[in-house]
Amino acid sequence: MASPSLMETLFQRGLDDIIKGVRHQQSSTESIFISRVIEEIRREIKSTDLQTKSTALQKLTYLNSIHFIDMSWASFHAIECISSPAFSHKKIGYLAISQSFSESTPVILLISNQLRKDLKSGNEFEVSLALDCLSRIGTVDLCRDLASEVFILMSSSKVFIRKKAIGVVLRLFEKYPDAVRVCFKKLVESLEGSDSPIVSAVVGVFCELSAKDPRSYLPLAPEFYRILVDSKNNWVLIKVLKIFVKLAPLEPRLAKRLVEPICDHMRKTGAKSLVFECIRTVVTSFTEYESAMKLAAAKIREFLMEDDPNLKYLGLHAISIMAPKHLWAVLENKDVVIQSLSDEDPNIKLESLRLVMAMASESNLMETCRVLVNYALKSDPDFCNEILGSILSTCCQNVYEVIIDFDWYVSLLGEMSRIPNCKKGEEIENQLIDIGMRVKDVRPELVRIARDLLIDPALLGNPFLHRLLSAAAWVCGEYVEFSRNPVELMEALLQPRTSLLPSSIRTVYMQSAFKILIFCMHSYFLQKEDMTSEVSDLASKRECSESSDLATGKALVQSDQDEGFNPRESNQSFEYPSVVDTGDGQSSTPTFMEKKSLMHESIVNLLNLMELVLSPLSGSLDVEIQERACNVLGFIELVQQEFSNPLIQKEANLDREEVIASRVVEWVHDGFTEELGPVSVTAQDRVPIPDELVLKENLTDLEAICGGVELPAPGSFSLTSPYYGESAVFSVSNLQAEEDSEPSTESTSLLTEHRKRHELYYLPSEKNKIPANDYPPANDPSSSINTNDATEDLVKLADQSLVSKRKPNHAKPRPVVVKLEEGEAAPVVSKKPELKDDLLSGAIHDILLGNEAKAASSQSNPFDKSSSKRKGKAKHVDLLDSKENLAVGEQPNHENPSSRRSKHRGDGKQKSKKSKGKKNGDGREDDGEKESQKIRDHHGRHKSRQRADAPINVVPQTPDIPDYLL
Amino acid sequence: MIKAVLVINTQGKPRLTKFYGFLTVEKQQELIRSVFGVLCSRAEKVSNFMEVDSIFGPDSRLVYKHYATLYFIFVFDSSENELAMLDLIQVFVETLDKCFRNVCELDIVFNYNKLHSILDEIISGGQVLETSSTEIMRAVEEISKSESASNSISIVPKTVSGWRSR
Repeated sequence: MASPSLMETLFQRGLDDIIKGVRHQQSSTESIFISRVIEEIRREIKSTDLQTKSTALQKLTYLNSIHFIDMSWASFHAIECISSPAFSHKKIGYLAISQSFSESTPVILLISNQLRKDLKSGNEFEVSLALDCLSRIGTVDLCRDLASEVFILMSSSKVFIRKKAIGVVLRLFEKYPDAVRVCFKKLVESLEGSDSPIVSAVVGVFCELSAKDPRSYLPLAPEFYRILVDSKNNWVLIKVLKIFVKLAPLEPRLAKRLVEPICDHMRKTGAKSLVFECIRTVVTSFTEYESAMKLAAAKIREFLMEDDPNLKYLGLHAISIMAPKHLWAVLENKDVVIQSLSDEDPNIKLESLRLVMAMASESNLMETCRVLVNYALKSDPDFCNEILGSILSTCCQNVYEVIIDFDWYVSLLGEMSRIPNCKKGEEIENQLIDIGMRVKDVRPELVRIARDLLIDPALLGNPFLHRLLSAAAWVCGEYVEFSRNPVELMEALLQPRTSLLPSSIRTVYMQSAFKILIFCMHSYFLQKEDMTSEVSDLASKRECSESSDLATGKALVQSDQDEGFNPRESNQSFEYPSVVDTGDGQSSTPTFMEKKSLMHESIVNLLNLMELVLSPLSGSLDVEIQERACNVLGFIELVQQEFSNPLIQKEANLDREEVIASRVVEWVHDGFTEELGPVSVTAQDRVPIPDELVLKENLTDLEAICGGVELPAPGSFSLTSPYYGESAVFSVSNLQAEEDSEPSTESTSLLTEHRKRHELYYLPSEKNKIPANDYPPANDPSSSINTNDATEDLVKLADQSLVSKRKPNHAKPRPVVVKLEEGEAAPVVSKKPELKDDLLSGAIHDILLGNEAKAASSQSNPFDKSSSKRKGKAKHVDLLDSKENLAVGEQPNHENPSSRRSKHRGDGKQKSKKSKGKKNGDGREDDGEKESQKIRDHHGRHKSRQRADAPINVVPQTPDIPDYLL
Repeated sequence: MIKAVLVINTQGKPRLTKFYGFLTVEKQQELIRSVFGVLCSRAEKVSNFMEVDSIFGPDSRLVYKHYATLYFIFVFDSSENELAMLDLIQVFVETLDKCFRNVCELDIVFNYNKLHSILDEIISGGQVLETSSTEIMRAVEEISKSESASNSISIVPKTVSGWRSR
């Protein structure tokens, strides 16, 4: 305390000085200045003089909120300031506290007493400061300690204080639900008050409360209805409408009563905010009421015609709420919607885009998309991607429901990828693969598009599109049989610029290239095999006409091929101009000779190309790339010997090496040709559990049995299958070892070694089917060969149901299931807050059950007109809800007391008292507020007693909602 | 429920920040930066709404009004009406105008304390409690009176006690 000089204390810099000081600094020296000021503040704030302290605190608070300086260290000083008797110090202290305190502030509990003191203060502004503070920082403990003080303030004679006290209630309920028992009655009473700021505040509180748990506030519907009809305050009306939007879905009968007053407001009011709220209420909750919807649509139209962009935006927004159920509203305003697409306001553009997509249907989708894609080309990058995104999401809805012509859609995807600003690579990637798997018929077109994408030099440079290219590469590899020119694909996949791609996508490229290679070789072998079999059959012709053999072989290839191999396509793929049948063998001889050698050459070229490109990659630092490169190189090494010498190949045809090569190719090809179909997420669930399989039984019994079995013959069961697996693997691993030893480095052979063991362990029975060189990458189709028969069937099942011939859009089960699961996931998220609300809603239920009669009594006025009708209805309700709870029974009580009385056991006396009270209540307008207040107070007390008397009658949770509005 | 009230000038400097839930200063700064980033890219005479779910989390809306060199920004959730919030900004600015007679940025810079008084009369704990600018003015004037009253009492003791404590 000795260091600060006298002068410094005397001439402490005030907030204004600091503000001026900061303003005079350059931006470079500003932070230095501020840190100097902070130092100063640290010194000053320790002063015992409250004036000095509070000024320092004020400066700190300012710096905190404008220059984002931490002030958590000053929390204790803030508490000292609020304990000052001077109002100005208090104010500074409270501002500092509400700005910087959080639940975890250690000293927060110390303010409890000071808050209480200030809440009881005679100065209304001190009370207001304390209330404000509590509403900002109230913790569980603070709320519990101060609930009763707040309750007292809620009945303060000053509107100013009452208003602020109501503002705290929300925080109070949220943190300390038990406060409901104290304050709720008061809150409901405040609804009836005539002071507009109070009603406005209370309605605001109920609006917040009902947003979290609407059901609890249904019993108050009559109150809100009265306000809706009577109030002239737009703020209040808007909030009441917000409450009713929450309540309406819970109580269908509400809608009928509400539509008229809401439409009334819509017609009469001049306030746009209220009109909009009415529109929103109608279009979200009262969609069945044709006339109301028509009126709302007319009002929306008015909004759209306004020049104010806000109204236009909100109008479009309101239409988009209507769109799912009432498309006519969109169509009616089609002109404006389309026009708004070129509005300068980004919000309006977005909304109109949504509406345009909402209008899209099977019939106009192509036209819409064409227009939008053209528009996307012209618009700014952000909006361009919005357009693309909404096209993509609209088209893939419900498994591409709206799309009829998939060839068109796939080419649209290609077109979209080429838009320079396109950043939707990931979405397009997903759809390309998804469509490829779901829609068989589109695959030829898909491969064509994918090829175009792969050879497009512009796309490789755009990092946003890399994902898309990975899909294109995968499509080309997976459906290579539809390709016209596999060699070209191969070249595209191995082009040097692929080094621009991230390694994960490069591996997909490599894998696809490998698949194409296998495909080419396989078809080559297949051809030759058929040819040679022909040769052996027709031994006599062997020397004279090789060409005819070839021709026959070719023909056989065409007829013998399995379904995965499309003869027409294969024809095209090797550029054979025409289908050659056996009879024409002679005539086509020369071309065939050529073709054959070309074919052979092209395979050799492919092998050379792959070797050339991949050999540098075998030293890549990326494990995946290295591994794939080594595998492919090993494979090439294996088969190359046979192809290396084309001249002797004719004679050495049936060489042993050749056999090995063709066998390996055969294996790998088998692996690759297995179709990868979409599998439903719930496929596992659909497997019927065999009758004899008891899944839920405790396994201890089993263990006892097994233990007995295992002891005599330990190896008999568990060991045989690995043995079997190992033996099956043996031949393969021989090959593998052979090929591994040559090209791979030690680390890869270690990896392979590990993998071998790994696979042996997990998938022993399939091992014989797995080709040596291959292990499945992340989205590699060959993984499907690992499925056993049962799952294969499932895949087929999923296939059949999803890919029904031409239009998979009619394949329903999967999308529905997916949606269900999403639906399941959502509540899991929302469960957390519910736990807390339960406490609150439980408390409110308790209170309301005791409160209901009062609420009902006070609402009687606006309904008197319909009293005769109500009588009839009430009886009806009575019959319906035979088990209705206490409060329900009492509600229309004064109208027909005799019909009810018998229902309540032992309540007779109270009942009559109540109906008396009721009558007084009805006449209270004449008698003045005071008396009715008394009665109601009496009423309330009486009520709670009654509740204790007859707890059996009360169903605490979700009582049947009585028809208050009738 | 209102989540935040911000006043930022056209250079991105905050002039008034009020968050109705606790946020660390770093987070506050980040939010203001991202809001301003979007705001300054918007043209004049476009709608006063901004989609801010990415900045403030789901169920957030933002309306702003641009007066001279200042943006007045309200962030709120679905319990409030967008147009009503715009009206509330109007109320706030009108009150400031009454308070400072032709309010300008400098008034807002130098009257930090009063600004908070006004805002606290309109909004308490995220809820709108008062929308009549005359009522707000009345309360704010009362508050200023009692502030200066308590200050004038303390002026003499302050200097004296300050002197004597050394």
